[in-house]
Amino acid sequence: MANDKSGVRVLVGTRKGAFILTADGKREKWDVSGPHFPGWEIYHLKGSPADPNRLYASQSTGWHGQVMQRSNDGGKTWEPVGNKFTYDGVPGTHQWYDGTPHPWEFKRVWHLEPSLTDPDTVYAGIEDAALFRSTDAGQTWHELSGLRKHGSGPHWQPGAGGMCLHTIVLDPGDPNRMFIAISAAGAFRTDDGGTTWRAINQGLRSPHIPDPTAEVGHCVHRIALHPAKPQVLYMQKHWDVMRSENSGESWHEVSGNLPTDFGFVIDVHAHEPETIYVVPIKSDAEHFPPEGKLRVYRSRTGGNDWEPLTKGLPQRDCYVNVLREAMAVDSLDSCGVYFGTTGGQVYASNDAGDSWAPIVHDLPAVLSVEVQTLP
Amino acid sequence: MIRVAVPSHLRTLARTGDGEVELDAGAQPTVRSALDALEARYPMLCGTVRDQVTGQRRPFIRFFACGEDLSHDSVDDPLPEPVVSGAEPLLIVGAIAGG
Repeated sequence: MANDKSGVRVLVGTRKGAFILTADGKREKWDVSGPHFPGWEIYHLKGSPADPNRLYASQSTGWHGQVMQRSNDGGKTWEPVGNKFTYDGVPGTHQWYDGTPHPWEFKRVWHLEPSLTDPDTVYAGIEDAALFRSTDAGQTWHELSGLRKHGSGPHWQPGAGGMCLHTIVLDPGDPNRMFIAISAAGAFRTDDGGTTWRAINQGLRSPHIPDPTAEVGHCVHRIALHPAKPQVLYMQKHWDVMRSENSGESWHEVSGNLPTDFGFVIDVHAHEPETIYVVPIKSDAEHFPPEGKLRVYRSRTGGNDWEPLTKGLPQRDCYVNVLREAMAVDSLDSCGVYFGTTGGQVYASNDAGDSWAPIVHDLPAVLSVEVQTLP
Repeated sequence: MIRVAVPSHLRTLARTGDGEVELDAGAQPTVRSALDALEARYPMLCGTVRDQVTGQRRPFIRFFACGEDLSHDSVDDPLPEPVVSGAEPLLIVGAIAGG
Protein backbone atom coordinates (compact mmCIF):
# COMPACT_ATOMS: atom_id res chain seq x y z
CA MET A 1 0.00 0.00 0.00
CA ALA A 2 1.56 3.28 -1.09
CA ASN A 3 0.77 5.06 2.12
CA ASP A 4 2.91 2.62 4.10
CA LYS A 5 5.97 3.56 2.10
CA SER A 6 5.63 7.29 2.04
CA GLY A 7 5.25 10.00 4.60
CA VAL A 8 4.58 13.62 5.24
CA ARG A 9 6.48 16.53 6.69
CA VAL A 10 4.37 19.36 8.05
CA LEU A 11 6.15 22.72 8.29
CA VAL A 12 4.66 25.00 10.92
CA GLY A 13 5.53 28.66 11.37
CA THR A 14 4.56 30.26 14.67
CA ARG A 15 4.94 33.50 16.60
CA LYS A 16 7.93 32.05 18.45
CA GLY A 17 9.67 29.65 16.11
CA ALA A 18 9.22 26.89 13.56
CA PHE A 19 8.23 23.29 14.15
CA ILE A 20 8.49 20.30 11.84
CA LEU A 21 6.01 17.47 12.29
CA THR A 22 6.67 14.18 10.52
CA ALA A 23 4.73 10.96 10.14
CA ASP A 24 4.56 7.93 7.91
CA GLY A 25 1.78 7.54 5.38
CA LYS A 26 -0.74 6.48 7.99
CA ARG A 27 -0.40 9.88 9.64
CA GLU A 28 -1.27 8.61 13.08
CA LYS A 29 2.01 8.87 15.01
CA TRP A 30 3.94 12.09 14.79
CA ASP A 31 7.45 13.23 15.60
CA VAL A 32 7.81 16.88 16.54
CA SER A 33 11.04 18.77 16.05
CA GLY A 34 11.57 22.34 17.19
CA PRO A 35 11.41 25.04 18.05
CA HIS A 36 13.71 26.05 15.24
CA PHE A 37 14.68 29.74 15.50
CA PRO A 38 13.16 29.99 19.01
CA GLY A 39 11.71 33.36 19.87
CA TRP A 40 11.53 34.57 16.27
CA GLU A 41 8.35 35.02 14.26
CA ILE A 42 8.27 32.54 11.42
CA TYR A 43 5.73 33.88 8.98
CA HIS A 44 6.24 31.08 6.49
CA LEU A 45 8.40 28.15 5.57
CA LYS A 46 8.03 26.00 2.50
CA GLY A 47 9.80 23.18 0.68
CA SER A 48 10.84 22.97 -2.93
CA PRO A 49 8.64 20.71 -5.08
CA ALA A 50 11.76 19.92 -7.10
CA ASP A 51 13.87 18.88 -4.09
CA PRO A 52 11.99 18.13 -0.89
CA ASN A 53 15.14 18.53 1.20
CA ARG A 54 15.43 22.17 0.16
CA LEU A 55 13.40 24.37 2.50
CA TYR A 56 13.17 28.13 2.83
CA ALA A 57 12.03 30.02 5.91
CA SER A 58 11.16 33.63 6.68
CA GLN A 59 12.34 34.64 10.15
CA SER A 60 11.81 38.06 11.71
CA THR A 61 11.49 40.03 14.92
CA GLY A 62 10.66 43.63 15.67
CA TRP A 63 14.16 44.06 17.09
CA HIS A 64 16.22 42.68 14.28
CA GLY A 65 14.04 42.72 11.19
CA GLN A 66 14.14 40.11 8.47
CA VAL A 67 16.38 37.06 8.28
CA MET A 68 16.08 34.37 5.63
CA GLN A 69 16.98 30.75 6.25
CA ARG A 70 17.62 27.80 3.97
CA SER A 71 17.89 24.11 4.69
CA ASN A 72 19.37 21.48 2.41
CA ASP A 73 18.46 18.50 4.57
CA GLY A 74 14.75 18.75 5.15
CA GLY A 75 14.99 21.08 8.12
CA LYS A 76 17.56 19.25 10.22
CA THR A 77 20.04 22.10 9.82
CA TRP A 78 19.65 25.65 8.55
CA GLU A 79 21.88 28.41 7.28
CA PRO A 80 21.10 32.12 7.00
CA VAL A 81 21.02 33.41 3.43
CA GLY A 82 20.48 36.83 1.89
CA ASN A 83 18.09 39.23 3.59
CA LYS A 84 18.55 42.35 1.50
CA PHE A 85 15.30 43.35 -0.15
CA THR A 86 15.72 46.60 -2.05
CA TYR A 87 12.91 47.98 -4.14
CA ASP A 88 13.74 48.57 -7.77
CA GLY A 89 14.21 52.29 -8.43
CA VAL A 90 12.51 54.98 -6.38
CA PRO A 91 9.57 53.18 -4.80
CA GLY A 92 7.28 56.20 -4.41
CA THR A 93 4.16 56.02 -2.29
CA HIS A 94 1.06 53.95 -1.71
CA GLN A 95 -1.95 55.00 0.35
CA TRP A 96 -1.90 54.90 4.12
CA TYR A 97 -4.95 53.86 6.15
CA ASP A 98 -6.25 57.43 6.10
CA GLY A 99 -5.80 57.79 2.36
CA THR A 100 -2.67 59.93 2.57
CA PRO A 101 0.44 59.01 0.56
CA HIS A 102 2.90 56.80 2.45
CA PRO A 103 6.35 55.75 1.27
CA TRP A 104 6.94 52.15 0.31
CA GLU A 105 9.03 50.55 3.08
CA PHE A 106 10.26 46.99 3.40
CA LYS A 107 8.98 45.36 6.59
CA ARG A 108 9.02 41.57 6.29
CA VAL A 109 8.59 38.53 4.08
CA TRP A 110 5.13 37.02 4.36
CA HIS A 111 5.27 34.22 1.85
CA LEU A 112 7.87 32.05 0.13
CA GLU A 113 7.02 30.13 -3.02
CA PRO A 114 9.73 27.84 -4.37
CA SER A 115 9.77 27.19 -8.11
CA LEU A 116 8.00 24.05 -9.28
CA THR A 117 11.10 22.94 -11.19
CA ASP A 118 14.25 24.60 -9.83
CA PRO A 119 15.22 24.27 -6.16
CA ASP A 120 17.40 27.38 -6.37
CA THR A 121 14.58 29.64 -7.57
CA VAL A 122 12.16 30.97 -5.01
CA TYR A 123 9.70 33.86 -4.91
CA ALA A 124 9.10 36.06 -1.88
CA GLY A 125 5.99 38.10 -1.19
CA ILE A 126 6.79 41.02 1.06
CA GLU A 127 5.30 43.88 3.05
CA ASP A 128 5.04 46.65 1.80
CA ALA A 129 3.61 44.73 -1.09
CA ALA A 130 6.08 43.63 -3.73
CA LEU A 131 7.28 40.43 -5.33
CA PHE A 132 10.93 39.37 -5.21
CA ARG A 133 12.74 36.42 -6.76
CA SER A 134 15.99 34.67 -6.00
CA THR A 135 17.64 32.37 -8.52
CA ASP A 136 20.64 31.53 -6.32
CA ALA A 137 18.92 29.67 -3.51
CA GLY A 138 18.13 32.75 -1.49
CA GLN A 139 21.52 34.46 -1.51
CA THR A 140 20.32 37.51 -3.48
CA TRP A 141 16.85 38.87 -4.13
CA HIS A 142 15.60 41.02 -7.00
CA GLU A 143 12.25 42.71 -7.32
CA LEU A 144 9.86 41.87 -10.14
CA SER A 145 8.90 45.50 -10.15
CA GLY A 146 6.38 45.33 -12.96
CA LEU A 147 3.84 44.38 -10.31
CA ARG A 148 4.43 47.34 -8.02
CA LYS A 149 4.66 49.61 -11.05
CA HIS A 150 1.26 48.44 -12.22
CA GLY A 151 -0.53 51.74 -12.68
CA SER A 152 -2.69 51.16 -9.62
CA GLY A 153 0.23 50.93 -7.17
CA PRO A 154 -0.14 54.43 -5.69
CA HIS A 155 -3.74 53.52 -4.79
CA TRP A 156 -2.97 50.32 -2.90
CA GLN A 157 -3.83 50.49 0.77
CA PRO A 158 -2.89 48.27 3.72
CA GLY A 159 -5.23 45.91 5.49
CA ALA A 160 -5.11 45.73 9.28
CA GLY A 161 -2.19 43.30 9.08
CA GLY A 162 -0.16 45.60 6.87
CA MET A 163 0.11 45.97 3.11
CA CYS A 164 1.34 42.50 2.43
CA LEU A 165 1.79 40.35 -0.63
CA HIS A 166 0.76 37.11 1.03
CA THR A 167 -0.21 34.72 -1.74
CA ILE A 168 1.83 33.46 -4.68
CA VAL A 169 0.37 30.72 -6.86
CA LEU A 170 2.42 29.28 -9.71
CA ASP A 171 0.45 27.87 -12.63
CA PRO A 172 1.63 24.28 -13.10
CA GLY A 173 0.48 24.32 -16.73
CA ASP A 174 2.21 27.52 -17.78
CA PRO A 175 5.61 28.50 -16.38
CA ASN A 176 5.04 32.13 -17.39
CA ARG A 177 1.78 32.49 -15.49
CA MET A 178 1.43 33.21 -11.81
CA PHE A 179 -1.13 34.72 -9.51
CA ILE A 180 -0.53 36.88 -6.47
CA ALA A 181 -2.76 38.55 -3.92
CA ILE A 182 -2.27 41.65 -1.80
CA SER A 183 -4.21 42.91 1.20
CA ALA A 184 -5.88 45.20 0.45
CA ALA A 185 -5.27 45.68 -3.26
CA GLY A 186 -6.59 42.42 -4.69
CA ALA A 187 -5.44 39.72 -7.07
CA PHE A 188 -3.04 40.14 -9.98
CA ARG A 189 -1.81 37.87 -12.77
CA THR A 190 1.23 37.77 -14.99
CA ASP A 191 1.41 35.82 -18.24
CA ASP A 192 5.02 36.69 -19.05
CA GLY A 193 6.96 35.38 -16.09
CA GLY A 194 6.48 38.43 -13.91
CA THR A 195 7.42 41.28 -16.24
CA THR A 196 3.92 42.72 -16.62
CA TRP A 197 0.83 42.31 -14.49
CA ARG A 198 -2.82 43.11 -14.51
CA ALA A 199 -5.47 43.23 -11.84
CA ILE A 200 -7.91 40.30 -11.94
CA ASN A 201 -10.66 41.46 -9.63
CA GLN A 202 -13.70 41.64 -11.90
CA GLY A 203 -16.70 40.26 -10.05
CA LEU A 204 -15.37 40.99 -6.58
CA ARG A 205 -17.64 43.18 -4.51
CA SER A 206 -16.38 44.84 -1.33
CA PRO A 207 -19.06 47.05 0.24
CA HIS A 208 -16.62 48.52 2.76
CA ILE A 209 -14.62 50.42 0.11
CA PRO A 210 -15.80 53.60 -1.65
CA ASP A 211 -16.33 51.85 -4.99
CA PRO A 212 -17.38 48.27 -4.15
CA THR A 213 -16.45 47.00 -7.62
CA ALA A 214 -13.22 48.95 -8.08
CA GLU A 215 -10.37 47.46 -10.11
CA VAL A 216 -8.18 47.43 -6.97
CA GLY A 217 -8.79 47.83 -3.25
CA HIS A 218 -10.19 44.40 -2.41
CA CYS A 219 -8.92 42.51 0.60
CA VAL A 220 -8.19 39.11 -0.89
CA HIS A 221 -7.13 36.68 1.83
CA ARG A 222 -6.12 33.59 -0.13
CA ILE A 223 -6.20 32.01 -3.59
CA ALA A 224 -5.90 28.31 -4.40
CA LEU A 225 -6.03 26.12 -7.49
CA HIS A 226 -5.84 22.44 -8.40
CA PRO A 227 -3.00 21.43 -10.75
CA ALA A 228 -5.36 19.42 -12.97
CA LYS A 229 -7.63 22.44 -13.56
CA PRO A 230 -5.35 25.44 -13.16
CA GLN A 231 -7.77 27.78 -14.91
CA VAL A 232 -10.21 27.35 -12.00
CA LEU A 233 -9.28 29.57 -9.07
CA TYR A 234 -10.80 29.67 -5.62
CA MET A 235 -10.60 32.70 -3.36
CA GLN A 236 -11.36 33.44 0.24
CA LYS A 237 -11.90 37.17 0.27
CA HIS A 238 -12.25 39.25 3.43
CA TRP A 239 -15.92 38.50 3.05
CA ASP A 240 -17.12 36.09 0.32
CA VAL A 241 -15.80 32.84 -1.07
CA MET A 242 -15.26 33.28 -4.81
CA ARG A 243 -14.58 31.14 -7.86
CA SER A 244 -13.18 31.90 -11.28
CA GLU A 245 -13.49 29.59 -14.30
CA ASN A 246 -11.07 31.57 -16.43
CA SER A 247 -7.81 32.22 -14.58
CA GLY A 248 -9.21 35.20 -12.78
CA GLU A 249 -10.74 37.04 -15.75
CA SER A 250 -13.97 37.12 -13.75
CA TRP A 251 -15.20 35.82 -10.42
CA HIS A 252 -18.51 34.71 -8.98
CA GLU A 253 -19.50 34.07 -5.42
CA VAL A 254 -19.82 30.49 -4.15
CA SER A 255 -20.36 31.16 -0.44
CA GLY A 256 -23.67 29.29 -0.63
CA ASN A 257 -24.82 27.90 2.71
CA LEU A 258 -21.72 28.77 4.76
CA PRO A 259 -22.63 30.08 8.23
CA THR A 260 -20.42 33.11 7.50
CA ASP A 261 -18.34 33.80 4.44
CA PHE A 262 -15.60 35.65 6.30
CA GLY A 263 -12.41 33.66 6.72
CA PHE A 264 -8.78 33.43 5.77
CA VAL A 265 -7.85 29.99 4.41
CA ILE A 266 -9.00 28.10 1.35
CA ASP A 267 -7.50 24.97 -0.18
CA VAL A 268 -8.27 22.25 -2.69
CA HIS A 269 -8.30 18.46 -2.26
CA ALA A 270 -5.21 16.90 -3.82
CA HIS A 271 -7.14 14.52 -6.09
CA GLU A 272 -10.55 16.15 -6.51
CA PRO A 273 -10.40 19.55 -8.22
CA GLU A 274 -13.94 20.42 -7.17
CA THR A 275 -13.48 19.58 -3.47
CA ILE A 276 -12.50 22.64 -1.48
CA TYR A 277 -12.08 23.58 2.18
CA VAL A 278 -12.59 26.76 4.17
CA VAL A 279 -12.76 27.62 7.86
CA PRO A 280 -15.55 30.17 8.43
CA ILE A 281 -14.75 32.89 10.94
CA LYS A 282 -17.55 34.88 12.52
CA SER A 283 -16.60 38.34 11.30
CA ASP A 284 -13.79 40.79 10.70
CA ALA A 285 -14.47 42.28 14.11
CA GLU A 286 -14.59 38.95 15.92
CA HIS A 287 -11.85 36.76 14.61
CA PHE A 288 -13.09 33.46 15.98
CA PRO A 289 -15.38 30.65 14.83
CA PRO A 290 -19.16 31.16 14.98
CA GLU A 291 -20.80 29.83 18.17
CA GLY A 292 -17.43 28.79 19.57
CA LYS A 293 -17.47 25.73 17.25
CA LEU A 294 -14.37 25.06 15.18
CA ARG A 295 -15.67 23.74 11.87
CA VAL A 296 -13.99 23.13 8.56
CA TYR A 297 -16.47 23.37 5.71
CA ARG A 298 -16.04 21.21 2.63
CA SER A 299 -17.69 21.59 -0.72
CA ARG A 300 -17.52 18.70 -3.19
CA THR A 301 -19.12 20.82 -5.88
CA GLY A 302 -16.56 23.58 -6.19
CA GLY A 303 -18.54 25.81 -3.88
CA ASN A 304 -22.13 26.78 -3.03
CA ASP A 305 -23.01 23.49 -1.30
CA TRP A 306 -21.00 23.14 1.89
CA GLU A 307 -20.93 20.54 4.66
CA PRO A 308 -19.52 21.12 8.14
CA LEU A 309 -16.69 18.82 9.22
CA THR A 310 -16.64 18.59 13.00
CA LYS A 311 -15.49 15.13 14.05
CA GLY A 312 -12.52 15.58 16.37
CA LEU A 313 -12.70 19.38 16.39
CA PRO A 314 -13.80 21.36 19.48
CA GLN A 315 -17.51 22.13 19.31
CA ARG A 316 -17.78 24.40 22.29
CA ASP A 317 -15.86 27.30 23.83
CA CYS A 318 -13.40 27.53 20.94
CA TYR A 319 -12.28 31.05 20.08
CA VAL A 320 -9.16 30.62 18.00
CA ASN A 321 -8.48 31.98 14.54
CA VAL A 322 -7.04 30.21 11.50
CA LEU A 323 -4.78 32.59 9.59
CA ARG A 324 -4.43 32.76 5.83
CA GLU A 325 -1.25 30.67 5.48
CA ALA A 326 -2.37 28.05 7.96
CA MET A 327 -3.99 25.33 5.83
CA ALA A 328 -2.42 22.76 3.52
CA VAL A 329 -3.14 19.39 1.92
CA ASP A 330 -0.91 16.41 1.24
CA SER A 331 -1.13 14.24 -1.86
CA LEU A 332 -1.22 10.76 -0.39
CA ASP A 333 -3.89 8.40 -1.70
CA SER A 334 -6.27 9.43 1.04
CA CYS A 335 -5.81 13.19 0.96
CA GLY A 336 -4.56 14.67 4.21
CA VAL A 337 -5.76 18.11 5.29
CA TYR A 338 -3.98 20.22 7.91
CA PHE A 339 -4.60 23.52 9.60
CA GLY A 340 -3.14 25.48 12.49
CA THR A 341 -4.75 27.89 14.93
CA THR A 342 -3.80 30.97 16.87
CA GLY A 343 -4.32 28.80 19.95
CA GLY A 344 -1.31 26.68 18.99
CA GLN A 345 -3.10 23.60 17.72
CA VAL A 346 -2.27 21.88 14.46
CA TYR A 347 -5.10 19.59 13.39
CA ALA A 348 -4.71 16.84 10.82
CA SER A 349 -7.20 14.75 8.91
CA ASN A 350 -5.98 11.65 7.09
CA ASP A 351 -9.37 11.06 5.47
CA ALA A 352 -9.98 14.23 3.46
CA GLY A 353 -11.61 16.01 6.37
CA ASP A 354 -14.06 13.41 7.61
CA SER A 355 -12.28 13.23 10.98
CA TRP A 356 -9.62 15.28 12.71
CA ALA A 357 -7.08 14.93 15.48
CA PRO A 358 -4.57 17.40 16.88
CA ILE A 359 -0.94 16.63 16.09
CA VAL A 360 0.11 19.22 18.67
CA HIS A 361 -2.04 21.48 20.79
CA ASP A 362 0.24 23.81 22.75
CA LEU A 363 2.47 25.55 20.23
CA PRO A 364 2.77 29.33 20.01
CA ALA A 365 0.15 30.94 17.77
CA VAL A 366 0.37 29.29 14.37
CA LEU A 367 1.04 31.61 11.43
CA SER A 368 1.54 29.10 8.62
CA VAL A 369 1.19 25.43 7.78
CA GLU A 370 2.67 23.72 4.75
CA VAL A 371 2.98 20.03 4.04
CA GLN A 372 5.39 18.01 1.96
CA THR A 373 4.44 14.57 0.70
CA LEU A 374 7.61 12.51 0.82
CA PRO A 375 8.48 9.58 -1.42
CA MET B 1 40.51 44.87 20.02
CA ILE B 2 37.21 46.11 21.37
CA ARG B 3 34.55 44.09 23.17
CA VAL B 4 30.98 44.13 21.88
CA ALA B 5 27.98 42.71 23.72
CA VAL B 6 25.48 41.36 21.18
CA PRO B 7 21.78 40.66 21.97
CA SER B 8 20.90 37.03 22.60
CA HIS B 9 18.87 36.54 19.39
CA LEU B 10 21.85 37.66 17.37
CA ARG B 11 24.31 35.54 19.33
CA THR B 12 22.15 32.56 18.43
CA LEU B 13 21.85 33.60 14.80
CA ALA B 14 25.60 34.14 14.42
CA ARG B 15 26.55 31.24 16.72
CA THR B 16 28.93 33.45 18.65
CA GLY B 17 28.52 31.60 21.93
CA ASP B 18 27.36 33.20 25.17
CA GLY B 19 29.99 35.83 25.75
CA GLU B 20 30.94 39.11 24.15
CA VAL B 21 32.68 39.20 20.79
CA GLU B 22 36.08 40.81 20.32
CA LEU B 23 36.59 42.80 17.17
CA ASP B 24 39.29 44.81 15.46
CA ALA B 25 37.45 48.05 14.81
CA GLY B 26 40.45 49.98 13.51
CA ALA B 27 42.83 52.48 15.04
CA GLN B 28 40.08 54.93 16.00
CA PRO B 29 37.05 52.79 16.77
CA THR B 30 33.58 54.24 16.28
CA VAL B 31 30.09 52.74 16.35
CA ARG B 32 30.24 52.56 12.56
CA SER B 33 33.59 50.80 12.44
CA ALA B 34 32.50 48.43 15.21
CA LEU B 35 29.38 47.48 13.26
CA ASP B 36 31.41 47.18 10.05
CA ALA B 37 33.74 44.75 11.82
CA LEU B 38 30.82 42.86 13.37
CA GLU B 39 29.08 42.40 10.04
CA ALA B 40 32.32 41.49 8.28
CA ARG B 41 32.91 38.64 10.69
CA TYR B 42 29.25 37.64 10.91
CA PRO B 43 27.58 38.48 7.58
CA MET B 44 24.30 36.98 8.76
CA LEU B 45 23.96 39.96 11.10
CA CYS B 46 23.73 42.40 8.20
CA GLY B 47 20.44 44.24 8.52
CA THR B 48 19.71 43.06 12.05
CA VAL B 49 21.23 46.05 13.88
CA ARG B 50 21.14 48.73 11.17
CA ASP B 51 19.45 49.04 7.82
CA GLN B 52 21.52 47.56 5.01
CA VAL B 53 20.85 50.41 2.64
CA THR B 54 20.59 53.53 4.80
CA GLY B 55 22.80 52.41 7.67
CA GLN B 56 20.14 53.69 10.09
CA ARG B 57 20.00 52.05 13.53
CA ARG B 58 16.94 49.81 13.77
CA PRO B 59 14.19 51.40 15.89
CA PHE B 60 14.29 48.85 18.73
CA ILE B 61 18.09 48.92 19.03
CA ARG B 62 20.26 51.24 21.12
CA PHE B 63 23.99 51.56 21.75
CA PHE B 64 25.45 52.09 25.22
CA ALA B 65 28.97 52.27 26.67
CA CYS B 66 30.38 53.32 30.03
CA GLY B 67 26.91 54.18 31.28
CA GLU B 68 26.27 56.55 28.38
CA ASP B 69 23.64 56.28 25.67
CA LEU B 70 25.41 56.59 22.34
CA SER B 71 22.30 55.89 20.26
CA HIS B 72 21.77 59.44 19.13
CA ASP B 73 25.40 60.42 18.72
CA SER B 74 27.07 60.35 15.34
CA VAL B 75 28.16 56.82 14.45
CA ASP B 76 31.47 58.38 13.47
CA ASP B 77 32.21 59.78 16.94
CA PRO B 78 35.18 58.10 18.64
CA LEU B 79 34.14 55.47 21.15
CA PRO B 80 35.03 56.19 24.82
CA GLU B 81 38.59 55.37 25.82
CA PRO B 82 37.58 52.46 28.13
CA VAL B 83 35.89 50.81 25.13
CA VAL B 84 38.91 51.43 22.92
CA SER B 85 41.22 49.92 25.55
CA GLY B 86 38.98 46.91 26.03
CA ALA B 87 38.19 47.75 29.64
CA GLU B 88 34.50 48.27 28.87
CA PRO B 89 32.24 46.73 26.19
CA LEU B 90 30.14 48.47 23.59
CA LEU B 91 26.61 47.30 24.34
CA ILE B 92 24.12 46.65 21.54
CA VAL B 93 20.80 46.53 23.36
CA GLY B 94 17.34 45.52 22.21
CA ALA B 95 14.28 47.25 23.65
CA ILE B 96 12.54 45.51 26.51
CA ALA B 97 9.40 44.02 25.02
CA GLY B 98 6.68 41.62 26.02
CA GLY B 99 4.64 39.21 23.96
